[in-house]
Amino acid sequence: MTAAATEMRTPVKQSRFMRRALPYILSLPALLMCIGILIPFFTAVYYSMLRYRMNLPAMKGFIWFQNYVNFFTDPKFWNTVYISLTYAFLTVVLELLLGLGIALLLQRPSRFNNIASILLLLPLMTAPALAALMWKLMTHPDFGVLSYLLTLVGIHDFKWASNPDTALFTVVLVDMWVYTPFIMILLLAGLRSLPKAPFEAAALDGVPRSFVFFRITLPMLMPYIITATLFRLLDSIQQFDIIYAMTQGGPGDKLLVFQVQAYLDFFQATNVGRSAALMVILWAITYALSNVFIKQWLKLRERAHGAH
Amino acid sequence: MDHSSSLEKLLRSVAITLVLVFFLFPIVWIFLMSLQTNETILRIPPSIAFTPIIDNYTALITGQLRTAAGSLQLNFMQNMFNSVLLSVCSVALSLVLGVPAAYAFARFKFRLGEDIAFTLLSFRFAPALLVLLPLSLYFKTLGLTNTYIGLIWVYQLICLPLILWIVRGYFEDISPDIEHAYRIAGNSWWRTFTRISIPLAKPGIAAAGLLAFIFAWNNFVFALILASADKQPVTVGALAFVTASGIQYGQIAAAIIISITPTLALALYAQRYLVEGLSMGAVKG
Repeated sequence: MTAAATEMRTPVKQSRFMRRALPYILSLPALLMCIGILIPFFTAVYYSMLRYRMNLPAMKGFIWFQNYVNFFTDPKFWNTVYISLTYAFLTVVLELLLGLGIALLLQRPSRFNNIASILLLLPLMTAPALAALMWKLMTHPDFGVLSYLLTLVGIHDFKWASNPDTALFTVVLVDMWVYTPFIMILLLAGLRSLPKAPFEAAALDGVPRSFVFFRITLPMLMPYIITATLFRLLDSIQQFDIIYAMTQGGPGDKLLVFQVQAYLDFFQATNVGRSAALMVILWAITYALSNVFIKQWLKLRERAHGAH
Repeated sequence: MDHSSSLEKLLRSVAITLVLVFFLFPIVWIFLMSLQTNETILRIPPSIAFTPIIDNYTALITGQLRTAAGSLQLNFMQNMFNSVLLSVCSVALSLVLGVPAAYAFARFKFRLGEDIAFTLLSFRFAPALLVLLPLSLYFKTLGLTNTYIGLIWVYQLICLPLILWIVRGYFEDISPDIEHAYRIAGNSWWRTFTRISIPLAKPGIAAAGLLAFIFAWNNFVFALILASADKQPVTVGALAFVTASGIQYGQIAAAIIISITPTLALALYAQRYLVEGLSMGAVKG
Protein backbone atom coordinates (compact mmCIF):
# COMPACT_ATOMS: atom_id res chain seq x y z
CA MET A 1 0.00 0.00 0.00
CA THR A 2 2.46 2.58 -1.12
CA ALA A 3 -0.23 4.91 -2.42
CA ALA A 4 -1.63 5.74 0.97
CA ALA A 5 1.52 7.38 2.19
CA THR A 6 2.47 9.23 -0.94
CA GLU A 7 0.12 12.14 -1.20
CA MET A 8 1.89 14.87 -3.14
CA ARG A 9 3.52 17.42 -0.92
CA THR A 10 2.95 20.93 -2.22
CA PRO A 11 5.63 22.25 -4.45
CA VAL A 12 5.86 25.98 -4.75
CA LYS A 13 3.38 27.09 -7.36
CA GLN A 14 0.33 25.01 -6.58
CA SER A 15 -2.58 26.63 -4.81
CA ARG A 16 -4.31 24.93 -1.94
CA PHE A 17 -7.51 24.70 -3.93
CA MET A 18 -5.80 23.05 -6.89
CA ARG A 19 -4.15 20.54 -4.63
CA ARG A 20 -7.45 19.48 -3.13
CA ALA A 21 -9.36 19.56 -6.40
CA LEU A 22 -6.81 17.77 -8.57
CA PRO A 23 -7.77 14.17 -7.77
CA TYR A 24 -11.40 15.00 -8.48
CA ILE A 25 -10.58 16.81 -11.71
CA LEU A 26 -8.64 13.76 -12.84
CA SER A 27 -11.18 11.13 -11.89
CA LEU A 28 -14.52 12.84 -12.45
CA PRO A 29 -14.58 12.68 -16.27
CA ALA A 30 -14.21 8.91 -16.10
CA LEU A 31 -16.90 8.68 -13.46
CA LEU A 32 -19.31 10.95 -15.33
CA MET A 33 -18.79 8.93 -18.49
CA CYS A 34 -19.79 5.76 -16.67
CA ILE A 35 -22.29 6.98 -14.12
CA GLY A 36 -25.10 7.06 -16.66
CA ILE A 37 -25.21 3.28 -16.46
CA LEU A 38 -26.85 3.57 -13.06
CA ILE A 39 -30.04 4.86 -14.70
CA PRO A 40 -30.84 1.67 -16.62
CA PHE A 41 -29.69 -0.27 -13.56
CA PHE A 42 -32.31 1.35 -11.32
CA THR A 43 -34.83 1.13 -14.14
CA ALA A 44 -34.22 -2.63 -14.23
CA VAL A 45 -34.87 -2.87 -10.50
CA TYR A 46 -38.05 -0.83 -10.97
CA TYR A 47 -39.19 -2.95 -13.94
CA SER A 48 -38.66 -6.07 -11.87
CA MET A 49 -41.52 -4.86 -9.66
CA LEU A 50 -43.90 -4.26 -12.53
CA ARG A 51 -46.39 -6.41 -14.27
CA TYR A 52 -45.08 -5.34 -17.65
CA ARG A 53 -45.68 -7.19 -20.88
CA MET A 54 -45.06 -5.26 -24.04
CA ASN A 55 -47.83 -7.10 -25.86
CA LEU A 56 -50.34 -6.29 -23.10
CA PRO A 57 -49.67 -2.63 -22.25
CA ALA A 58 -53.04 -2.23 -20.53
CA MET A 59 -52.05 -4.68 -17.80
CA LYS A 60 -48.97 -2.69 -16.78
CA GLY A 61 -48.90 -1.99 -13.06
CA PHE A 62 -46.78 -1.90 -9.94
CA ILE A 63 -46.93 -5.22 -8.12
CA TRP A 64 -44.10 -4.93 -5.58
CA PHE A 65 -42.30 -8.26 -5.30
CA GLN A 66 -44.87 -10.40 -7.04
CA ASN A 67 -42.50 -11.32 -9.89
CA TYR A 68 -40.03 -12.66 -7.34
CA VAL A 69 -42.69 -14.46 -5.34
CA ASN A 70 -43.92 -16.12 -8.52
CA PHE A 71 -40.45 -17.55 -9.10
CA PHE A 72 -40.76 -19.78 -6.04
CA THR A 73 -43.45 -21.90 -7.63
CA ASP A 74 -42.16 -21.55 -11.19
CA PRO A 75 -40.42 -24.73 -12.41
CA LYS A 76 -38.99 -22.74 -15.32
CA PHE A 77 -37.16 -20.52 -12.87
CA TRP A 78 -35.73 -23.44 -10.91
CA ASN A 79 -34.63 -24.99 -14.18
CA THR A 80 -32.73 -21.77 -14.96
CA VAL A 81 -31.09 -21.80 -11.53
CA TYR A 82 -30.19 -25.47 -11.87
CA ILE A 83 -28.72 -25.14 -15.38
CA SER A 84 -26.78 -21.97 -14.54
CA LEU A 85 -25.25 -23.46 -11.41
CA THR A 86 -24.43 -26.75 -13.14
CA TYR A 87 -22.82 -24.91 -16.04
CA ALA A 88 -20.80 -22.65 -13.75
CA PHE A 89 -19.73 -25.53 -11.50
CA LEU A 90 -18.71 -27.84 -14.34
CA THR A 91 -16.79 -25.22 -16.32
CA VAL A 92 -14.94 -23.82 -13.32
CA VAL A 93 -13.94 -27.18 -11.85
CA LEU A 94 -12.88 -28.70 -15.17
CA GLU A 95 -11.02 -25.57 -16.26
CA LEU A 96 -9.28 -25.33 -12.93
CA LEU A 97 -8.08 -28.94 -13.03
CA LEU A 98 -7.01 -28.76 -16.66
CA GLY A 99 -5.49 -25.29 -16.27
CA LEU A 100 -3.51 -26.37 -13.23
CA GLY A 101 -2.33 -29.49 -15.02
CA ILE A 102 -1.14 -27.52 -18.03
CA ALA A 103 0.53 -24.89 -15.85
CA LEU A 104 2.45 -27.64 -14.04
CA LEU A 105 3.48 -29.17 -17.37
CA LEU A 106 4.78 -25.85 -18.66
CA GLN A 107 6.21 -24.64 -15.35
CA ARG A 108 9.90 -24.94 -16.25
CA PRO A 109 10.81 -21.91 -18.38
CA SER A 110 12.21 -23.36 -21.59
CA ARG A 111 11.95 -22.20 -25.16
CA PHE A 112 9.44 -24.89 -26.06
CA ASN A 113 7.31 -24.32 -22.96
CA ASN A 114 7.20 -20.58 -23.59
CA ILE A 115 6.12 -21.04 -27.19
CA ALA A 116 3.47 -23.54 -26.09
CA SER A 117 2.08 -21.15 -23.50
CA ILE A 118 1.90 -18.37 -26.09
CA LEU A 119 0.07 -20.62 -28.55
CA LEU A 120 -2.38 -21.59 -25.82
CA LEU A 121 -3.36 -17.92 -25.56
CA LEU A 122 -5.03 -18.10 -28.96
CA PRO A 123 -8.36 -19.65 -27.89
CA LEU A 124 -8.64 -17.04 -25.13
CA MET A 125 -8.23 -14.31 -27.75
CA THR A 126 -11.02 -15.76 -29.88
CA ALA A 127 -14.41 -14.13 -29.36
CA PRO A 128 -16.53 -16.64 -27.39
CA ALA A 129 -19.43 -16.23 -29.83
CA LEU A 130 -17.12 -17.04 -32.75
CA ALA A 131 -15.56 -19.93 -30.84
CA ALA A 132 -19.05 -21.38 -30.46
CA LEU A 133 -19.56 -20.92 -34.18
CA MET A 134 -16.29 -22.73 -34.91
CA TRP A 135 -17.37 -25.69 -32.78
CA LYS A 136 -20.76 -25.59 -34.41
CA LEU A 137 -19.08 -26.13 -37.78
CA MET A 138 -16.91 -28.90 -36.34
CA THR A 139 -19.88 -30.71 -34.80
CA HIS A 140 -22.22 -30.29 -37.77
CA PRO A 141 -24.18 -33.50 -38.41
CA ASP A 142 -23.42 -33.49 -42.17
CA PHE A 143 -19.74 -32.66 -42.32
CA GLY A 144 -18.52 -32.01 -38.77
CA VAL A 145 -15.03 -33.39 -38.36
CA LEU A 146 -15.61 -34.23 -34.69
CA SER A 147 -18.73 -36.21 -35.47
CA TYR A 148 -16.69 -38.07 -38.07
CA LEU A 149 -13.84 -38.77 -35.65
CA LEU A 150 -16.36 -40.23 -33.19
CA THR A 151 -17.63 -42.66 -35.82
CA LEU A 152 -14.05 -43.95 -36.09
CA VAL A 153 -14.19 -45.04 -32.47
CA GLY A 154 -17.62 -46.57 -32.96
CA ILE A 155 -19.84 -43.75 -31.72
CA HIS A 156 -22.43 -43.07 -34.38
CA ASP A 157 -25.04 -40.35 -34.51
CA PHE A 158 -23.54 -38.30 -31.73
CA LYS A 159 -25.70 -35.17 -31.93
CA TRP A 160 -23.58 -32.79 -29.81
CA ALA A 161 -25.50 -29.59 -29.06
CA SER A 162 -28.73 -30.67 -30.75
CA ASN A 163 -29.28 -33.63 -28.44
CA PRO A 164 -30.77 -32.68 -25.04
CA ASP A 165 -28.50 -35.22 -23.32
CA THR A 166 -25.23 -33.93 -24.74
CA ALA A 167 -25.99 -30.21 -25.25
CA LEU A 168 -24.60 -29.20 -21.86
CA PHE A 169 -21.49 -31.28 -22.44
CA THR A 170 -20.94 -29.54 -25.78
CA VAL A 171 -21.19 -25.97 -24.50
CA VAL A 172 -19.07 -26.81 -21.46
CA LEU A 173 -16.45 -28.16 -23.87
CA VAL A 174 -16.48 -24.89 -25.85
CA ASP A 175 -16.24 -22.89 -22.62
CA MET A 176 -13.25 -25.02 -21.60
CA TRP A 177 -11.62 -24.46 -24.96
CA VAL A 178 -11.91 -20.69 -24.59
CA TYR A 179 -11.25 -20.13 -20.90
CA THR A 180 -8.89 -22.87 -19.67
CA PRO A 181 -5.93 -20.81 -20.98
CA PHE A 182 -7.00 -17.96 -18.71
CA ILE A 183 -6.60 -20.11 -15.60
CA MET A 184 -3.44 -21.64 -17.05
CA ILE A 185 -1.81 -18.21 -17.49
CA LEU A 186 -2.65 -17.04 -13.99
CA LEU A 187 -1.45 -20.25 -12.36
CA LEU A 188 1.68 -20.34 -14.50
CA ALA A 189 2.49 -16.79 -13.40
CA GLY A 190 1.81 -17.89 -9.82
CA LEU A 191 3.96 -21.02 -10.06
CA ARG A 192 6.88 -19.15 -11.53
CA SER A 193 6.74 -16.48 -8.84
CA LEU A 194 6.92 -18.94 -5.93
CA PRO A 195 10.06 -18.68 -3.78
CA LYS A 196 12.64 -21.35 -4.60
CA ALA A 197 13.93 -22.03 -1.07
CA PRO A 198 11.23 -24.43 0.21
CA PHE A 199 11.55 -26.57 -2.92
CA GLU A 200 15.33 -26.74 -2.69
CA ALA A 201 15.10 -27.68 0.96
CA ALA A 202 12.56 -30.39 0.18
CA ALA A 203 14.74 -31.75 -2.63
CA LEU A 204 17.77 -31.87 -0.34
CA ASP A 205 15.80 -33.79 2.28
CA GLY A 206 14.52 -36.18 -0.35
CA VAL A 207 10.86 -35.39 0.35
CA PRO A 208 8.56 -37.34 -2.02
CA ARG A 209 7.17 -35.28 -4.87
CA SER A 210 3.52 -35.88 -4.08
CA PHE A 211 4.21 -34.52 -0.62
CA VAL A 212 5.94 -31.46 -2.08
CA PHE A 213 2.98 -30.84 -4.38
CA PHE A 214 0.25 -31.16 -1.76
CA ARG A 215 2.11 -29.60 1.16
CA ILE A 216 4.20 -26.88 -0.49
CA THR A 217 3.16 -26.08 -4.06
CA LEU A 218 -0.59 -26.21 -3.62
CA PRO A 219 -0.84 -24.16 -0.40
CA MET A 220 1.51 -21.49 -1.76
CA LEU A 221 -0.43 -21.38 -5.03
CA MET A 222 -3.79 -21.20 -3.27
CA PRO A 223 -4.28 -17.41 -3.45
CA TYR A 224 -3.82 -17.58 -7.22
CA ILE A 225 -6.16 -20.54 -7.50
CA ILE A 226 -8.86 -18.77 -5.49
CA THR A 227 -8.54 -15.57 -7.51
CA ALA A 228 -8.69 -17.39 -10.83
CA THR A 229 -11.61 -19.53 -9.69
CA LEU A 230 -13.70 -16.64 -8.44
CA PHE A 231 -12.94 -14.63 -11.56
CA ARG A 232 -14.11 -17.48 -13.77
CA LEU A 233 -17.11 -18.23 -11.58
CA LEU A 234 -18.30 -14.64 -11.92
CA ASP A 235 -18.07 -14.85 -15.69
CA SER A 236 -19.33 -18.37 -16.04
CA ILE A 237 -22.56 -17.94 -14.12
CA GLN A 238 -23.34 -15.08 -16.52
CA GLN A 239 -22.41 -16.94 -19.69
CA PHE A 240 -24.42 -15.78 -22.68
CA ASP A 241 -22.30 -15.60 -25.83
CA ILE A 242 -21.29 -19.26 -26.12
CA ILE A 243 -24.71 -20.68 -25.31
CA TYR A 244 -26.66 -18.19 -27.39
CA ALA A 245 -24.38 -18.61 -30.41
CA MET A 246 -24.43 -22.40 -30.10
CA THR A 247 -28.11 -23.22 -29.43
CA GLN A 248 -29.97 -20.07 -28.32
CA GLY A 249 -30.79 -21.91 -25.11
CA GLY A 250 -32.12 -25.08 -26.71
CA PRO A 251 -32.77 -27.86 -27.31
CA GLY A 252 -35.99 -27.28 -25.39
CA ASP A 253 -35.13 -25.70 -22.07
CA LYS A 254 -31.85 -27.57 -21.69
CA LEU A 255 -29.50 -24.58 -21.76
CA LEU A 256 -31.68 -21.73 -20.55
CA VAL A 257 -29.17 -20.10 -18.22
CA PHE A 258 -29.99 -16.78 -16.55
CA GLN A 259 -28.97 -14.36 -19.26
CA VAL A 260 -30.30 -16.43 -22.16
CA GLN A 261 -33.62 -16.88 -20.36
CA ALA A 262 -33.82 -13.13 -19.65
CA TYR A 263 -33.04 -12.36 -23.29
CA LEU A 264 -35.81 -14.67 -24.49
CA ASP A 265 -38.27 -13.36 -21.86
CA PHE A 266 -37.61 -9.83 -23.05
CA PHE A 267 -37.52 -10.22 -26.83
CA GLN A 268 -39.70 -13.28 -27.45
CA ALA A 269 -42.20 -13.39 -24.60
CA THR A 270 -41.90 -9.57 -24.22
CA ASN A 271 -42.33 -10.11 -20.49
CA VAL A 272 -40.20 -7.20 -19.30
CA GLY A 273 -41.08 -7.63 -15.63
CA ARG A 274 -40.01 -11.27 -15.42
CA SER A 275 -36.87 -10.64 -17.44
CA ALA A 276 -35.84 -7.77 -15.15
CA ALA A 277 -36.53 -9.76 -11.98
CA LEU A 278 -34.40 -12.61 -13.32
CA MET A 279 -31.52 -10.22 -13.99
CA VAL A 280 -31.79 -8.61 -10.56
CA ILE A 281 -31.47 -12.06 -8.97
CA LEU A 282 -28.43 -12.84 -11.09
CA TRP A 283 -27.00 -9.46 -10.15
CA ALA A 284 -27.48 -10.23 -6.44
CA ILE A 285 -25.61 -13.52 -6.88
CA THR A 286 -22.72 -11.92 -8.78
CA TYR A 287 -22.60 -9.00 -6.34
CA ALA A 288 -22.16 -11.36 -3.41
CA LEU A 289 -19.55 -13.35 -5.31
CA SER A 290 -17.67 -10.26 -6.43
CA ASN A 291 -17.43 -8.97 -2.85
CA VAL A 292 -15.74 -12.20 -1.81
CA PHE A 293 -13.61 -11.95 -4.91
CA ILE A 294 -12.49 -8.37 -4.36
CA LYS A 295 -11.53 -9.10 -0.76
CA GLN A 296 -9.44 -12.04 -1.89
CA TRP A 297 -7.99 -9.97 -4.68
CA LEU A 298 -6.91 -7.14 -2.40
CA LYS A 299 -5.22 -9.65 -0.10
CA LEU A 300 -3.27 -11.07 -3.02
CA ARG A 301 -2.44 -7.61 -4.29
CA GLU A 302 -1.07 -6.60 -0.93
CA ARG A 303 1.06 -9.71 -0.92
CA ALA A 304 2.33 -8.96 -4.44
CA HIS A 305 3.20 -5.41 -3.45
CA GLY A 306 4.77 -6.60 -0.22
CA ALA A 307 7.05 -8.92 -2.18
CA HIS A 308 8.73 -5.96 -3.88
CA MET B 1 13.32 -32.05 -12.55
CA ASP B 2 16.84 -32.90 -13.60
CA HIS B 3 16.60 -36.43 -12.31
CA SER B 4 13.29 -37.20 -13.98
CA SER B 5 13.23 -40.49 -15.78
CA SER B 6 12.93 -40.78 -19.52
CA LEU B 7 9.51 -42.40 -19.12
CA GLU B 8 8.32 -39.30 -17.33
CA LYS B 9 9.77 -37.08 -20.03
CA LEU B 10 7.90 -39.11 -22.63
CA LEU B 11 4.62 -38.83 -20.71
CA ARG B 12 5.10 -35.10 -20.36
CA SER B 13 5.69 -34.66 -24.09
CA VAL B 14 2.61 -36.74 -24.90
CA ALA B 15 0.51 -34.68 -22.49
CA ILE B 16 1.73 -31.36 -23.90
CA THR B 17 1.10 -32.59 -27.43
CA LEU B 18 -2.47 -33.59 -26.57
CA VAL B 19 -3.06 -30.21 -24.93
CA LEU B 20 -1.74 -28.36 -27.98
CA VAL B 21 -3.86 -30.46 -30.33
CA PHE B 22 -7.03 -29.79 -28.33
CA PHE B 23 -6.48 -26.03 -28.22
CA LEU B 24 -5.09 -25.46 -31.71
CA PHE B 25 -6.95 -28.00 -33.83
CA PRO B 26 -10.19 -25.97 -34.09
CA ILE B 27 -8.37 -22.92 -35.43
CA VAL B 28 -6.39 -24.98 -37.94
CA TRP B 29 -9.46 -26.92 -39.05
CA ILE B 30 -11.64 -23.83 -39.58
CA PHE B 31 -8.77 -22.26 -41.53
CA LEU B 32 -8.63 -25.34 -43.79
CA MET B 33 -12.41 -25.18 -44.22
CA SER B 34 -12.16 -21.57 -45.31
CA LEU B 35 -10.02 -22.67 -48.26
CA GLN B 36 -12.50 -25.23 -49.57
CA THR B 37 -15.58 -25.35 -51.71
CA ASN B 38 -18.81 -26.73 -50.31
CA GLU B 39 -18.25 -29.96 -52.23
CA THR B 40 -14.91 -30.72 -50.57
CA ILE B 41 -16.22 -29.66 -47.16
CA LEU B 42 -19.14 -32.06 -47.43
CA ARG B 43 -16.94 -35.01 -48.44
CA ILE B 44 -17.03 -38.01 -46.15
CA PRO B 45 -14.59 -38.87 -44.78
CA PRO B 46 -13.21 -35.35 -44.29
CA SER B 47 -9.76 -35.05 -45.74
CA ILE B 48 -7.01 -32.52 -45.73
CA ALA B 49 -6.16 -33.35 -49.34
CA PHE B 50 -7.83 -30.65 -51.42
CA THR B 51 -6.91 -27.88 -53.79
CA PRO B 52 -7.07 -24.69 -51.76
CA ILE B 53 -9.20 -21.89 -53.16
CA ILE B 54 -9.47 -18.29 -52.03
CA ASP B 55 -12.94 -17.73 -53.49
CA ASN B 56 -14.52 -17.61 -50.04
CA TYR B 57 -12.28 -14.73 -49.07
CA THR B 58 -12.76 -12.83 -52.32
CA ALA B 59 -16.53 -13.20 -51.98
CA LEU B 60 -16.40 -11.69 -48.49
CA ILE B 61 -14.02 -8.91 -49.44
CA THR B 62 -15.73 -7.84 -52.66
CA GLY B 63 -19.17 -8.34 -51.12
CA GLN B 64 -20.35 -10.25 -54.18
CA LEU B 65 -21.27 -13.88 -53.95
CA ARG B 66 -22.07 -15.51 -57.29
CA THR B 67 -23.78 -18.86 -57.10
CA ALA B 68 -25.72 -20.98 -59.55
CA ALA B 69 -28.90 -19.46 -58.13
CA GLY B 70 -27.76 -15.91 -58.80
CA SER B 71 -25.79 -13.13 -57.17
CA LEU B 72 -25.91 -12.32 -53.48
CA GLN B 73 -24.81 -9.18 -51.63
CA LEU B 74 -22.62 -9.72 -48.58
CA ASN B 75 -22.01 -6.96 -46.09
CA PHE B 76 -19.20 -8.54 -44.16
CA MET B 77 -16.68 -5.78 -44.81
CA GLN B 78 -19.15 -3.35 -43.21
CA ASN B 79 -19.13 -5.59 -40.09
CA MET B 80 -15.37 -5.53 -40.16
CA PHE B 81 -15.34 -1.74 -40.41
CA ASN B 82 -17.81 -1.51 -37.51
CA SER B 83 -15.62 -3.76 -35.35
CA VAL B 84 -12.56 -1.61 -36.02
CA LEU B 85 -14.41 1.65 -35.43
CA LEU B 86 -16.16 0.56 -32.23
CA SER B 87 -13.07 -1.04 -30.67
CA VAL B 88 -10.61 1.71 -31.59
CA CYS B 89 -12.87 4.58 -30.54
CA SER B 90 -13.98 3.04 -27.27
CA VAL B 91 -10.41 2.12 -26.28
CA ALA B 92 -9.11 5.59 -27.23
CA LEU B 93 -11.86 7.27 -25.23
CA SER B 94 -11.25 4.97 -22.27
CA LEU B 95 -7.53 5.68 -22.32
CA VAL B 96 -8.04 9.45 -22.40
CA LEU B 97 -10.43 9.31 -19.46
CA GLY B 98 -9.07 6.29 -17.63
CA VAL B 99 -5.34 7.02 -17.42
CA PRO B 100 -5.70 10.32 -15.49
CA ALA B 101 -8.29 8.72 -13.23
CA ALA B 102 -6.00 5.75 -12.62
CA TYR B 103 -3.27 8.21 -11.68
CA ALA B 104 -5.57 10.02 -9.27
CA PHE B 105 -6.52 6.77 -7.53
CA ALA B 106 -2.90 5.65 -7.33
CA ARG B 107 -1.36 8.89 -6.07
CA PHE B 108 -3.94 10.67 -3.95
CA LYS B 109 -5.87 9.46 -1.01
CA PHE B 110 -9.03 11.48 -1.32
CA ARG B 111 -12.52 11.35 0.00
CA LEU B 112 -14.75 9.19 -2.22
CA GLY B 113 -11.68 8.03 -4.14
CA GLU B 114 -11.90 4.38 -3.20
CA ASP B 115 -15.69 4.44 -3.52
CA ILE B 116 -15.50 5.81 -7.05
CA ALA B 117 -12.86 3.26 -7.98
CA PHE B 118 -14.96 0.37 -6.69
CA THR B 119 -18.11 1.66 -8.33
CA LEU B 120 -16.30 1.73 -11.65
CA LEU B 121 -14.89 -1.75 -11.00
CA SER B 122 -18.28 -3.19 -10.12
CA PHE B 123 -19.51 -2.44 -13.65
CA ARG B 124 -17.13 -5.14 -14.75
CA PHE B 125 -19.02 -7.79 -12.80
CA ALA B 126 -22.67 -6.85 -13.28
CA PRO B 127 -24.65 -9.01 -15.73
CA ALA B 128 -24.68 -7.25 -19.09
CA LEU B 129 -28.36 -7.84 -19.79
CA LEU B 130 -29.42 -6.30 -16.48
CA VAL B 131 -28.64 -2.87 -17.90
CA LEU B 132 -28.80 -3.64 -21.62
CA LEU B 133 -32.49 -4.50 -21.67
CA PRO B 134 -33.75 -1.25 -20.09
CA LEU B 135 -31.04 0.57 -22.01
CA SER B 136 -32.46 -0.70 -25.29
CA LEU B 137 -35.75 1.02 -24.40
CA TYR B 138 -34.00 4.26 -23.40
CA PHE B 139 -31.91 4.21 -26.58
CA LYS B 140 -35.10 3.90 -28.60
CA THR B 141 -36.55 6.99 -26.91
CA LEU B 142 -33.32 8.95 -27.26
CA GLY B 143 -32.76 7.91 -30.86
CA LEU B 144 -29.47 6.24 -29.94
CA THR B 145 -30.45 2.75 -31.09
CA ASN B 146 -28.21 1.66 -33.92
CA THR B 147 -25.86 4.65 -33.71
CA TYR B 148 -22.09 4.52 -33.35
CA ILE B 149 -22.20 7.08 -30.53
CA GLY B 150 -24.54 4.96 -28.44
CA LEU B 151 -22.53 1.81 -29.08
CA ILE B 152 -19.18 3.43 -28.33
CA TRP B 153 -20.55 4.72 -25.06
CA VAL B 154 -21.65 1.21 -24.07
CA TYR B 155 -18.35 -0.31 -25.24
CA GLN B 156 -16.27 2.06 -23.15
CA LEU B 157 -18.19 0.87 -20.11
CA ILE B 158 -16.21 -2.36 -20.28
CA CYS B 159 -12.92 -0.81 -21.48
CA LEU B 160 -12.64 1.98 -18.93
CA PRO B 161 -12.80 -0.04 -15.69
CA LEU B 162 -10.27 -2.51 -17.09
CA ILE B 163 -7.83 0.25 -18.03
CA LEU B 164 -8.39 2.05 -14.76
CA TRP B 165 -7.53 -0.96 -12.62
CA ILE B 166 -4.55 -2.21 -14.56
CA VAL B 167 -2.94 1.22 -15.05
CA ARG B 168 -3.55 2.13 -11.42
CA GLY B 169 -1.38 -0.80 -10.36
CA TYR B 170 1.45 0.44 -12.56
CA PHE B 171 1.27 3.99 -11.25
CA GLU B 172 1.40 2.65 -7.70
CA ASP B 173 4.64 0.88 -8.54
CA ILE B 174 6.33 4.10 -9.68
CA SER B 175 8.12 5.82 -6.85
CA PRO B 176 6.61 9.27 -6.22
CA ASP B 177 10.10 10.54 -5.40
CA ILE B 178 10.98 10.66 -9.09
CA GLU B 179 7.97 12.86 -9.82
CA HIS B 180 8.70 14.95 -6.80
CA ALA B 181 12.27 15.65 -7.83
CA TYR B 182 11.08 16.74 -11.27
CA ARG B 183 8.51 19.08 -9.74
CA ILE B 184 10.99 20.65 -7.38
CA ALA B 185 13.12 21.41 -10.40
CA GLY B 186 10.34 23.84 -11.30
CA ASN B 187 8.11 21.87 -13.65
CA SER B 188 4.34 22.13 -13.57
CA TRP B 189 2.18 19.27 -12.40
CA TRP B 190 0.91 18.63 -15.92
CA ARG B 191 4.41 18.53 -17.34
CA THR B 192 5.46 16.04 -14.67
CA PHE B 193 2.46 13.87 -15.42
CA THR B 194 3.04 13.79 -19.17
CA ARG B 195 6.86 13.71 -19.15
CA ILE B 196 7.56 11.41 -16.20
CA SER B 197 4.54 9.47 -14.98
CA ILE B 198 2.98 8.43 -18.27
CA PRO B 199 6.24 7.29 -19.91
CA LEU B 200 7.09 5.26 -16.81
CA ALA B 201 3.69 3.57 -16.82
CA LYS B 202 3.79 2.96 -20.56
CA PRO B 203 4.03 -0.87 -20.40
CA GLY B 204 0.96 -0.89 -18.19
CA ILE B 205 -0.93 1.47 -20.45
CA ALA B 206 -0.01 -0.67 -23.46
CA ALA B 207 -1.09 -3.86 -21.71
CA ALA B 208 -4.37 -2.34 -20.55
CA GLY B 209 -5.13 -0.80 -23.95
CA LEU B 210 -4.39 -4.06 -25.71
CA LEU B 211 -6.57 -6.07 -23.37
CA ALA B 212 -9.40 -3.55 -23.60
CA PHE B 213 -9.19 -3.66 -27.39
CA ILE B 214 -9.48 -7.43 -27.38
CA PHE B 215 -12.43 -7.33 -24.97
CA ALA B 216 -14.17 -4.75 -27.13
CA TRP B 217 -13.48 -6.64 -30.35
CA ASN B 218 -14.76 -9.90 -28.90
CA ASN B 219 -17.89 -8.39 -27.45
CA PHE B 220 -21.08 -9.90 -28.76
CA VAL B 221 -24.07 -9.01 -26.65
CA PHE B 222 -23.97 -5.19 -26.81
CA ALA B 223 -24.41 -4.98 -30.54
CA LEU B 224 -26.76 -7.98 -30.62
CA ILE B 225 -29.22 -5.94 -28.58
CA LEU B 226 -28.46 -2.34 -29.51
CA ALA B 227 -27.61 -2.46 -33.22
CA SER B 228 -29.05 -3.72 -36.45
CA ALA B 229 -27.18 -5.25 -39.36
CA ASP B 230 -25.41 -2.14 -40.71
CA LYS B 231 -23.79 -1.24 -37.37
CA GLN B 232 -23.03 -4.72 -36.10
CA PRO B 233 -19.44 -5.91 -35.53
CA VAL B 234 -18.05 -9.17 -36.88
CA THR B 235 -19.06 -11.24 -33.87
CA VAL B 236 -22.76 -10.66 -34.52
CA GLY B 237 -22.34 -10.47 -38.29
CA ALA B 238 -20.66 -13.86 -38.58
CA LEU B 239 -23.38 -15.49 -36.52
CA ALA B 240 -26.04 -14.06 -38.81
CA PHE B 241 -24.35 -15.98 -41.66
CA VAL B 242 -25.46 -19.27 -40.15
CA THR B 243 -29.12 -18.53 -40.72
CA ALA B 244 -28.70 -16.51 -43.92
CA SER B 245 -29.71 -18.42 -47.02
CA GLY B 246 -27.26 -19.00 -49.85
CA ILE B 247 -24.16 -18.63 -47.70
CA GLN B 248 -21.80 -21.57 -47.92
CA TYR B 249 -19.91 -23.22 -45.11
CA GLY B 250 -16.58 -22.16 -46.56
CA GLN B 251 -17.66 -18.54 -46.38
CA ILE B 252 -18.73 -18.87 -42.76
CA ALA B 253 -15.32 -20.36 -42.02
CA ALA B 254 -13.57 -17.56 -43.93
CA ALA B 255 -15.61 -14.95 -42.05
CA ILE B 256 -14.57 -16.52 -38.74
CA ILE B 257 -10.91 -16.53 -39.78
CA ILE B 258 -11.03 -12.88 -40.88
CA SER B 259 -12.79 -11.94 -37.64
CA ILE B 260 -10.37 -13.64 -35.26
CA THR B 261 -7.18 -12.71 -37.11
CA PRO B 262 -6.79 -9.19 -35.63
CA THR B 263 -7.00 -10.34 -32.00
CA LEU B 264 -4.87 -13.43 -32.58
CA ALA B 265 -2.24 -11.40 -34.41
CA LEU B 266 -2.20 -8.80 -31.64
CA ALA B 267 -1.90 -11.53 -29.04
CA LEU B 268 1.08 -13.11 -30.78
CA TYR B 269 2.73 -9.79 -31.53
CA ALA B 270 2.38 -8.37 -28.05
CA GLN B 271 2.03 -11.49 -25.92
CA ARG B 272 4.40 -10.21 -23.25
CA TYR B 273 2.18 -7.19 -22.58
CA LEU B 274 -0.89 -9.32 -22.78
CA VAL B 275 0.22 -11.89 -20.21
CA GLU B 276 1.35 -9.11 -17.95
CA GLY B 277 -1.94 -7.28 -18.36
CA LEU B 278 -3.95 -10.40 -17.67
CA SER B 279 -2.05 -11.28 -14.53
CA MET B 280 -1.96 -7.66 -13.36
CA GLY B 281 -5.65 -7.26 -14.01
CA ALA B 282 -6.55 -10.35 -12.10
CA VAL B 283 -3.84 -10.64 -9.50
CA LYS B 284 -2.10 -7.40 -8.82
CA GLY B 285 -4.77 -4.89 -9.64
